[in-house]
Order: sequence, then C-alpha cells, then structure tokens
Amino acid sequence: MTSVRIMRNRDWANPVPPARREVLTATPELPDDSKPPVLFVPGFGHGAWAYAEHWLEHAAGRGFAAHAVSPRGHGNSEPAPKAELRAYAHDVVQVAAGLPRQAVLVGHGAGALVVAHALARYPARAGVLAAPVFGGWATLGLALRHNLFGTLPGAFGGKVRVGRRQLFSRDLPEPVARDYLKRIGHASRRAQWELLRSRAPEEPVGAPPVLVVGTPDDRVVPRSALDRVAARYGGAPLLFPGMGHDLMLDARWPEPLDAILDWLEKGDH
Amino acid sequence: MSTANDSFDPSTTLWRDGRPVYDRRDTVCVVGAGASGLAAVKNLREHGFGVDCYERETSVGGAWNWRHDRSPIYANTHLISSKPFTQFPDFPMPDTWPDYPHHSQLLSYLERYAEHFDLNPHVWFGTEVVKVEPADDTSWDVTTRSAGGAGSERTHRYLAVVLANGHNWAPKQPAYEGLDEFRGQTMHASAYKDPKELRGRRVLVVGGGNTGCDIAVEAATSASQTWHSTRRGYWYLPKYLLGRPADQVNDQMQAARLPLGVRQWLAARTLRLTVGDQGRFGLPKPDHKVFETHPISNSQLMYHLGHGTITPVPDVRRFHRSAVELTDGRQVEPDLVVFATGYLPRFEFLAPEILGADEHGRPTLYLHAFPRTYPTLAVAGLLQPDSGLFPLVHWQTVLIARWLRLRDRDLARAAAFWSRASADVGKRWNRARVKDSTRHWFEVNHIDYLRALQSALDELSPATATAARSTR
Ligand SMILES: Cc1cc2nc3c(=O)[nH]c(=O)nc-3n(C[C@H](O)[C@H](O)[C@H](O)COP(=O)(O)OP(=O)(O)OC[C@H]3O[C@@H](n4cnc5c(N)ncnc54)[C@H](O)[C@@H]3O)c2cc1C
Ligand SMILES: NC(=O)c1ccc[n+]([C@@H]2O[C@H](COP(=O)([O-])OP(=O)(O)OC[C@H]3O[C@@H](n4cnc5c(N)ncnc54)[C@H](OP(=O)(O)O)[C@@H]3O)[C@@H](O)[C@H]2O)c1
Repeated sequence: MTSVRIMRNRDWANPVPPARREVLTATPELPDDSKPPVLFVPGFGHGAWAYAEHWLEHAAGRGFAAHAVSPRGHGNSEPAPKAELRAYAHDVVQVAAGLPRQAVLVGHGAGALVVAHALARYPARAGVLAAPVFGGWATLGLALRHNLFGTLPGAFGGKVRVGRRQLFSRDLPEPVARDYLKRIGHASRRAQWELLRSRAPEEPVGAPPVLVVGTPDDRVVPRSALDRVAARYGGAPLLFPGMGHDLMLDARWPEPLDAILDWLEKGDH
Repeated sequence: MSTANDSFDPSTTLWRDGRPVYDRRDTVCVVGAGASGLAAVKNLREHGFGVDCYERETSVGGAWNWRHDRSPIYANTHLISSKPFTQFPDFPMPDTWPDYPHHSQLLSYLERYAEHFDLNPHVWFGTEVVKVEPADDTSWDVTTRSAGGAGSERTHRYLAVVLANGHNWAPKQPAYEGLDEFRGQTMHASAYKDPKELRGRRVLVVGGGNTGCDIAVEAATSASQTWHSTRRGYWYLPKYLLGRPADQVNDQMQAARLPLGVRQWLAARTLRLTVGDQGRFGLPKPDHKVFETHPISNSQLMYHLGHGTITPVPDVRRFHRSAVELTDGRQVEPDLVVFATGYLPRFEFLAPEILGADEHGRPTLYLHAFPRTYPTLAVAGLLQPDSGLFPLVHWQTVLIARWLRLRDRDLARAAAFWSRASADVGKRWNRARVKDSTRHWFEVNHIDYLRALQSALDELSPATATAARSTR
C-alpha cells in the first residue's frame, strides 16, 4: 500500500478541461468562524438543487456556511456528456479550494465516491459519506433486483431510471416524490461505467476524519456495503432506519443532517 | 499578527553564551513564508507539529510579492510553467485562470493558500532569522531580530528547523574589466521592475535565462535599441506547442516513458518544425542537447528577433568608457546594461559546513533537502526544476514532516531509512547531462525528482500515516 500518490502524469499532460459550475449557497445570519464551511456533493443524476430543498438552509441555520455544487453535466452546470469521474472530483476540489477556509466535504450516493476521490486530492477538514455508492457489480445486482427495467440499460451504457421506492420512504407524500423523480437526470455514460468498474479511491490526503451515514432500508446501498465503506475509513456507519436512499430529500431529512452537524461540532473538525 | 509564541513559559528558559534561550520544545521552526515556507507550515501542521515561521517581510508570498522592495519580479512576469505544474497538488488554481497566470495572480494564490489553511497565525512577520545553530542535542537555537533592525535579538530552541529562505535574492554579479569606467548605467535584473525604465534607451541585456529573455522582449517594445548577449546558444522553447502548453506536451512524452534520447530527438525535431533554424535569426547553435540547460520558455523572443527589434550578440569581453566590447570584437554603445545573470543561494545565518557546502558554497544534500549529519535540519525549495516548483516543494515538505514524525516515533526505523538514504547524498535527480554552469548544480528533472520523493515517502509512510492520524 502506498499511502500517497505523487505521480499524476495524466493530470499534468491532460488536465481536466474547465467547465462552468453551479454552486448554491446558504450563508448563516451570524457567521461563526469556529465552524468550517460545508460543501455538499450530490449523487449521479441529482444536482445542487437536492440540497437546496432543505439541507443548505438548515446547515446555515446552525451556523455553517453551506454550499452545494452540481458537478458538470448535473443540475445547472455546463453539459458534459463525456465527463469522467475524475472531472466530477475536479469540480468538487475546484469549489472546495475556492472557499475561504478549509472545507468539510459531504457526498451522497455516487457523490460520496466523488468525494472519496476528491479527498485524495484536497485535504478536507473532514469527509462525510452519506448512503455511499462506491459501485462495483454488487451495486448493479441490487439495483437490478429492485428496478430491473430502470437499471438494465445502465449496464450497457444507457440511461438509468431510478424508481420512487428506491429513493424515498412511504412517508414522503406522493406528489412531492413524483416531482423529485422528474428532476433527476443522469451522469455521463462514461462515469456510470467507471462506477461499475469501481476503482477503489486512493487514501485521503491530510488524514481527515471520515463519517459514514446511511439507512438500513436503503434499496440502492446494501447494509453490507455501508459497513464495508465505513470500515475502510476506520469506523461504523451511523444509521437512520426507515428512510429511503435520498436522505436529504426524504421526509425525515433533518435527522441525518443534524447528526452530521453534531459530529462536526463535537469533533471540532 | 501572531499569537503562536504568546504561550511561552519563562520557567523553561535555558542559556547559551550568557543569553536566554526560550525553549519551544516540540515546535518546528520554518524560515521564510514564500511558497516553500507556507507549504512547510501547512504540511508540518497537518502532521501534528506546532510551527513557528519567521518572515522578514511584512506579508506572505516571497519572491512573488512584488510589494516587497527586494522581490525579483518585474511588472510583466508571467509564469513559465503552466498551471498543472505550478499549483500545489492539493490546492488547484481556479479553472478560470489562464494557462500561464500573471505574477499578481500567483501572489493572490499564495495569500489564499495561507488564509484557507489558516497559516498566518503561525507566522511571525517582520522578523528576520540571523542565526541558526545546533544545540547540544539534535535541537536548534534560532536567533531572530525584528526586521527593522531596531529590536533586540531573541533566541528560541526548536525540535527541528526547515530553511525555506528562497534562492533568488542574492544577485550573481559578473565582473568585467573596465566596468568601473563605463559611463552608462548598469543594473542587475533583480532591480529591474518596469518597462518604463527602458523607454527610449539603448539597452544591452546580458544572460539567456528566462529573466534575460523576458527583459529583452520588454526592451524590444520599449527601448530604442536592444542587444541580447548570451555566452552560449540555447534552445528557445515556445510556450505553446501543437496548440497546447509546451510543458504538457513534454509530459505526455515523459508519461509514455520514452527514453531521454528519443525525447531529445523528438523535441529537437518539433522545434525544428515549429521554430525553425535558429541560426537564421543570428543565434549561435546550442552547444548542448535539448533539456541540458534550464529550459527557456518564451514565445516572443524569436518573434522580435525576426522583426529586428532584438539584436542577438555574443558574450561581453570587457567594458570601455562609453562602449561594451563583445567577444567577436564588435563594440556596442548601450546607455543601460541589465545583467540577467541569475542568483546565488545564500544561507548567511548558518555555518556553511552544516549543509556540507563545497568550495563554491553549494550545499551537498539528500534530495536537495537533507544534510548528511543533521537529521533535524532540512531545506525546502532549493531546487531548479524543469517545470514549476510548487508540486515538488509540496511533496518535499510532506517528506520532511513524515521524516520528523518517524524520528519521533520509531528511531530504529528512522535510522534504517537514513542509512539507505545517505548513500544518495549529493546525488542529482536529472537523467539529462546538464551543462556544467554556475546555475545547474541543483537543476532537477521533475519526473526523476518526484519519483525519488515517491519512493522515499513510501518507505517512510505506512506506520507514520496512522501515527499522524492518532494525534489529531
Ligand atoms: C522572475 C522569476 C520568475 C519565476 N517564475 C517561476 C515560474 O514560472 N514557475 C515556478 O515554479 N517558479 C518560478 N520562479 C521561481 C520562484 O522562485 C518560485 O516559484 C518560488 O517563489 C520560490 O519560493 P520559496 O518560498 O522557495 O522562495 P521565496 O519566494 O524566495 O521566499 C523566501 C522567503 O523567505 C524570506 N526570508 C529569506 N531569508 C530570511 C531570513 N533570514 N529570515 C526571515 N525570512 C527570510 C524571504 O523574505 C521570502 O519571503 C520564478 C522566479 C523568478 C525570480
Ligand atoms: N517568466 C518566468 O516565469 C521567469 C522569468 C525569469 C526567471 N524565471 C526563473 O527564475 C530563475 C532564475 O532565472 P534567471 O534567468 O534570473 O537566471 P538563470 O537561469 O541563472 O540564468 C542566468 C543566465 O545568465 C548567464 N550568465 C550567468 N553568469 C554569467 C556571466 N558571468 N557572464 C555571462 N552570462 C552569464 C547564464 O549562462 P549559462 O547558460 O552559461 O549558465 C544564463 O544564461 C529560474 O528558475 C527561471 O526559470 C522565471
């Protein structure tokens, strides 16, 4: 195991091309310098909007400067049909490094994998992986089981359509869920493929503390995957039973966020 | 504004030569808050060390801080290394910046780096280091003085010292017969700031490094006449090749692990096809292969040679009252001569033998960073890379931090590492046979050097990585 990677010939010879990015921000009314800025990264198909629904305002209400970025090809960022995972990670690091102080990175779903890659490039104050989709064929297996016809095309590089029951619990009112589903797009084919092949993210730089949160009732991320990711970062997942995969949109969205912010406050990260 | 030292405990006072020494125990001292010093502060802190950094100027940025009188930067300085080679690997420059940013952007980048990682509270500004001496164990006594010169001297004892004082401060001033009687103006490039100083004058620029080439180009559009004197032929690399930053194209070849000979041939071929025959412009043929001198990155020099707004001339033989005689016997009559002849590294606060200095005063170090016999002293940034400095100095300071951590945790492993590493003291990290010149002894190929850092880090890493985590 090498603990850091210095040689990045590909990034030197072929840097990720710039892209216009959407960043949504909620600023606390009373800025609190003891609290680090938090940057939220949405999963594949989601955009910064998913955090703008509840989490940004709530985090700002608790004194954290809260930002959400749409990686290229997502939300209102520039279209990027050929983007690779490294381009998404690049977008996250660009925004993080542009914040006035060392930031906490919070990634959800496949956005957690993007964050894990970003943690190898940027010494974050702390990392939070929410319902992390680290990919691999097991992810595909589970997705096929819960949503055969939505997922199948993804295995051949086509569009994935996620289902309501995969993302939300029954507690979320039907029209709201339908509205969210309509807004969900998809990542580039290339990135979907990379997710399946699942190259393990490199060791984070700067040894940040990493928290994994999830729900045992997630129909995208099996419990075993949560445990595996948490173990990789030396911990156990924090669980919120009864919720769907989309922790930031589901009916009980304040619970995981409060737990994350408590962890940040307690750890003095 | 600093607070770091406020926690002094006077009861821990020691004495040296009748003066008090304030013990900073496990704190590491960093000299200089330029790019190298800031990277050292950040990476040492990331590895759990307390740090006191001393900077004689009143703000960060080092050479890139044009506000400081001593800065060698001139108004139109743009980077010679493109962004991927210039930025710190863990703090990228904004996507919206150009390939070759302006020097003012570099300063704002370093200021943001210091803000972002909260480094300023660890820096004592306006404080000059005047002496660094080994204490009786492996710690160091560092004597400082407020830079105005008014304050008295203070000595603190540190666990370790990282020297990041930069090497572009002391002008390398050439000596010529007859220079005293020359009636025109002469200056070293370090004092040159703005093309205004050249306007309407007859200017001779001496030296074919990047500074000499940049100033010759500035003179071409400001001065009434420009001569550019070089003592050998060079390979003038344009900033763009095949529509992309030339260093990125070069790295593509290095990534493919093409042997040096093949790369040299390819590069010479590409230059021949793009720039053409330099001889046509009146330039001497290079006396060396590509990559055997510090690369020049300048797209405008050839352009101005082609316009006749720069006249290339050979080396200076001697000065007369109102003329300069060249080695080909020609005489030119400039009213301003700019010596862009480079800089000399200086460690005035340190006994030369500590860094293993040779008869020319050049330190002999492992990885250009670690002296043979002083395990708790390191130099950061004493490198002349064929690309940007920051990535190299980032990993160099990570290595320094890990090395100090390992010494702290596991002396036996540290000793094993050092007994292997010390065989490489004085080794040069450059496959190319660089020209023997006053400036090339610390020229490194960035790939060769970074690979060496990678294997040293791998050797030090696993145990220290977990140790560092547990201290947080
Ligand atoms: C014109 C020019 C252009 C360049 N272009 C590039 C480029 O394109 N890309 C690139 O990578 N590099 C370039 N360089 C190299 C440049 O030197 C480095 O990028 C970088 O500035 C080196 O940083 P440093 O921290 O090692 O040294 P410096 O920037 O020199 O900083 C050293 C600091 O130490 C302080 N100091 C020194 N002695 C003492 C003391 N006794 N006590 C307290 N403080 C002290 C100084 O005040 C200074 O702030 C260029 C250099 C020049 C001159
Ligand atoms: N735009 C930019 O980003 C930029 C601009 C300027 C400088 N820099 C960097 O700053 C550093 C310093 O550059 P520099 O150009 O100031 O210095 P340098 O690289 O040391 O070049 C000095 C030049 O002067 C010549 N020279 C030295 N002594 C001489 C003498 N006695 N008589 C005649 N010629 C003599 C050298 O010739 P030899 O070939 O014989 O050694 C060389 O051509 C380098 O790392 C450089 O890349 C970057």
